[in-house]
Amino acid sequence: MSTEVAEKEAAVKESEALLSKRRKKLITDPLVDDNPITIQVLGICSALAVTTQMQPTLVMALSVIFVMVMSNLSISLLRNKIPTRVRIIVQLAVVASLVTLVNEVLKAFAYDMYKELSVFVGLIITNCIVMGRLEAYALGNKPYDSILDGFGSALGYSWIILTVAFFRELWGSGSLFGIPIFDGISSLFGPDFQLATNGLMVSPVGAFIILGLLIWVQRSKTGYVEH
Amino acid sequence: MQQSNAYIITFSIILTVVLGLLLSGTSEVLKPIQKKAEELDTKKQILGAVMSADEISGMKPEEINAFYESRISSRVVNIEGEEVEEQDGVQVTAETVDVGKNYKKAPEDRLYPVFVFHEEGDADAAISYIFPVYGNGLWDNIWGYLALQTDMATIEGITFSHAGETPGLGARITSSDVQQRYKEKSIYSEDGELVSVVMQKGEGKDYSGDPHKVDGLSGATITAEGVNKMLKSYLEHYRAYMEKKKDGAPSMALN
Repeated sequence: MSTEVAEKEAAVKESEALLSKRRKKLITDPLVDDNPITIQVLGICSALAVTTQMQPTLVMALSVIFVMVMSNLSISLLRNKIPTRVRIIVQLAVVASLVTLVNEVLKAFAYDMYKELSVFVGLIITNCIVMGRLEAYALGNKPYDSILDGFGSALGYSWIILTVAFFRELWGSGSLFGIPIFDGISSLFGPDFQLATNGLMVSPVGAFIILGLLIWVQRSKTGYVEH
Repeated sequence: MQQSNAYIITFSIILTVVLGLLLSGTSEVLKPIQKKAEELDTKKQILGAVMSADEISGMKPEEINAFYESRISSRVVNIEGEEVEEQDGVQVTAETVDVGKNYKKAPEDRLYPVFVFHEEGDADAAISYIFPVYGNGLWDNIWGYLALQTDMATIEGITFSHAGETPGLGARITSSDVQQRYKEKSIYSEDGELVSVVMQKGEGKDYSGDPHKVDGLSGATITAEGVNKMLKSYLEHYRAYMEKKKDGAPSMALN
């Protein structure tokens, strides 16, 4: 209990700005320099599976943001109460409950999306990013910082899968959010012209290629090397 | 800090109860909305057998419900093709028959819903008959709705759904270009034998000249075989009813 009191006092004394430099870094770091997908290479399976179209990808991204922020918050609030010996199973229980919540809400209000994403929403539970952040950050930090950390990591995940989905849907199906783009472009060049789509992009192989290219571009810019 | 076993157990119990209440509470609150969404989805699938996917996705939920009301009438039949109104003292309607649950029973004991797509406002002016079908894919169940024209031989349209087929392979049975392949095919051979329509192995051949074959799904042979088996068996089960309703068959007295 004494640590908790000390912590509280420190918090009062500091009265750090809501978005101080350190806190901004919590959000911006996972976007590029410490991106969960391209640098830590976590959460790859869902990045491959749901990214054939923009719309399900967006729903998936929002779900992950919700789950990460809420789980980071709850674990951080409980961090001094959680028995260390069962902490992993406690994290799992919290994450699983949140994911089930998301699934139930989707089933009620976006049934088509629920059918399309089906098992992948459930697989957020096993998304290494979520448990990784709980274990590495939320267990040892204050709630507000944990929220920012979760939000940052989820955002880092989201923009990558959305980028992958952008190229896969545009290239593979010739559309974005279901709106045909290629048909529109083709019609500008006359009736006989038809931009071809690439079937490879619709298959998981396409996601590997796009993701690989993304990692390549990013690492050549940041100069990141794996040790 | 090392906690006592008693603390750990108490903590676990409290956590479980809190999370359990949270989840069951949400489920309870959302259940009616989910049920509506499911019913709407079933209606969409039924209508999908006689309408294009674009037409349906352009309709609002209320419009689908209204359209379904005015254009679809339904009944339940048994394997003899006789209409059934109650089973074990409970009234049955086509909308409440769970085809998946019936699938687990022997074919003779099952209830078979039939949906009739008819002219607006005239339930007797049938345009096509829609039969639910159910079977096994590679990983899990597959099901669908098969619409036959009033000659009870020509396929008007078909929709498939699945619980867990592989995305990009078996799951392609839900895509409309696969379902389009069944259109205008015939389930009876020239000698009047029920041969169904069979999805072939391999993909990319043109079967437009053959009324009983459709192009296959590359990489999803087992799902395709499941589809074939499902269609064949359910057409057999509905056969008695189909014979009765066939164009030219003596019309039954309305009871």
